[in-house]
Amino acid sequence: MPPGGGGPMKDCEYSQISTHSSSPMESPHKKKKIAARRKWEVFPGRNKFFCNGRIMMARQTGVFYLTLILILVTSGLFFAFDCPYLAVNITPAIPVVGGILFFFVMGTLLRTSFSDPGVLPRATPDEAADLERQIDIANGTSSGGYRPPPRTKEVTINGQTVKLKYCFTCKIFRPPRASHCSLCDNCVERFDHHCPWVGNCVGKRNYRFFYMFILSLSFLTVFIFAFVITHVILRSQQTGFLNALKDSPASVLEAVVCFFSVWSIVGLSGFHTYLISSNQTTNEDIKGSWSNKRGKENYNPYSYGNIFTNCCVALCGPISPSLIDRRGYIQPDTPQPAAPSNGITMYGATQSQSDMCDQDQCIQSTKFVLQAAATPLLQSEPSLTSEELHMPGKPGLGTPCASLTLGQPTPPSSMPNLATEATLSDIMPLKDEHGGHQFLTPDEAPSPPRMLGAGSPLAHSRTMHMLGLASQDSLHEDSVRGLVKLSSV
Amino acid sequence: MATEVHNLQELRRSASLATKVFIQRDYSDGTICQFQTKFPPELDSRIERQLFEETVKTLNGFYAEAEKIGGSSYLEGCLACATAYFIFLCTETHYEKVLKKISRYIQEQNEKVFAPRGLLLTDPVERGMRVIEIAIYEDRCSSGSSSSGSSSGSGSSSAGGGGAGAR
Repeated sequence: MPPGGGGPMKDCEYSQISTHSSSPMESPHKKKKIAARRKWEVFPGRNKFFCNGRIMMARQTGVFYLTLILILVTSGLFFAFDCPYLAVNITPAIPVVGGILFFFVMGTLLRTSFSDPGVLPRATPDEAADLERQIDIANGTSSGGYRPPPRTKEVTINGQTVKLKYCFTCKIFRPPRASHCSLCDNCVERFDHHCPWVGNCVGKRNYRFFYMFILSLSFLTVFIFAFVITHVILRSQQTGFLNALKDSPASVLEAVVCFFSVWSIVGLSGFHTYLISSNQTTNEDIKGSWSNKRGKENYNPYSYGNIFTNCCVALCGPISPSLIDRRGYIQPDTPQPAAPSNGITMYGATQSQSDMCDQDQCIQSTKFVLQAAATPLLQSEPSLTSEELHMPGKPGLGTPCASLTLGQPTPPSSMPNLATEATLSDIMPLKDEHGGHQFLTPDEAPSPPRMLGAGSPLAHSRTMHMLGLASQDSLHEDSVRGLVKLSSV
Repeated sequence: MATEVHNLQELRRSASLATKVFIQRDYSDGTICQFQTKFPPELDSRIERQLFEETVKTLNGFYAEAEKIGGSSYLEGCLACATAYFIFLCTETHYEKVLKKISRYIQEQNEKVFAPRGLLLTDPVERGMRVIEIAIYEDRCSSGSSSSGSSSGSGSSSAGGGGAGAR
């Protein structure tokens, strides 16, 4: 393989070759071009993020907007049409109390919808590998061919035996009371339920906000309903019933909305009050995990014994901070001398490195690029590999695949050069992209199939990156630097 | 060719990551955050049992303090509720304060106790409070045997160690 390939390189200007060992930190200009990404951008679950990661919601938010509109419209009509009459004829405290309730409802609704319910971050590949090893040891070596039995761990909590299930998506043993939400594709601590009305899961971190929301909403609904009725009655005493309805048609709408919502919301509040006082989640109640019907010995090990303590803990207990660090920057992998090892990697040697993952990514991406140059079969591969991965559901993966496919119909004579150059230039951005896909697979997993699957989206994104940057001088500079290092070795 | 490269990598590196040990959560007291104090066999030759247990017990104590249910936590909760939880925009919770204490403690322990023994603790909060990750580094000095050992052993990346080291 000719070093560098003369053709495309000749067209670019070189800046001075620096012979000191280059690390990702020492190329600031390159860093600027690759914007530091925040962790929410590569979050593997099916969530939507707003305001640069400050707001987190489920994917389907249509019903949330409906909730918002219903509350805003009904309250708005109440304040606009009923309150003036009531403030004058009864007391001005009515709009004040109404305002306070409305403010509380909106605050708690937004808090419930926008906050992290207690999502458990997925296991790092190291952890997953370690767990797999332990499970294999526990189960004995399983012969391939049949599906291994579902993985569970038993633990005794306050005298009650609880089964911890292994989550295949998140690759962790779920803590007690945690559950995997299929809509959001996340494991959530103390999972209660997924509420489409608030557009989010309800879990450990936002349960109290949810409860306060439905409680205050029940009060608000009852409040509005009561005073709308009062308003209509007072008016009809003066002008007759039909005239009263004609004078304030908004009251009719409000009364209808409130009448239908009061049953469900008050009912829901009552149900959740029961759940809080017995320290259960909706999930546990529906499954009947702690009901007496399962057996006389079955009791709720999490309950504190009395209703008051249970309520206090649920509503006023400490709130744990979010574990997913949405707004944190994706950390670069361990800085290391980039050029020499990369130059060596080009030859496909699988030697040890302190950063094995990048090396394997190099290998994978190298293989992919070379394959892309050599075979047209790769056209079908991107779609396969992006499908089989359930972790990063980001649409961004589609674009690398597309660009990979697009990158193929280049004249064959330049392809080897492109491949070689791409290999070198591909390796450089690997280091500088801060191991950009920490949530994807920054760490290598020992088993090859996983590695392949994990490596490929990275390869695609790298290749896309490569295709985008291939014309930039700094890349060539580093490629040449790599070559110089290689020759010096 | 491959062997030459091995030695080259060895020379360039200051320490190679051999393996990682994960201390799992202990759920016997419920859902509160506690870690198992069972001494992992991989650390047998690296650190004294008592030091390790003391570290884990101190961490457990910190987490228990963070999640303590009592007068002050109720007060904080009620105040937060009264302000429609807007107070969280201004101040940080008791839990967050204790987490900061924990990360300072872990850093201190790494500097004083673990790093001299070739180990590195990762703050559990970076692993979703699931595990305490202890990275075991091979000695730099031992060349021949360790290079082959570490080449097969360093199947895991040093991302955790690097992240911790970057702090």
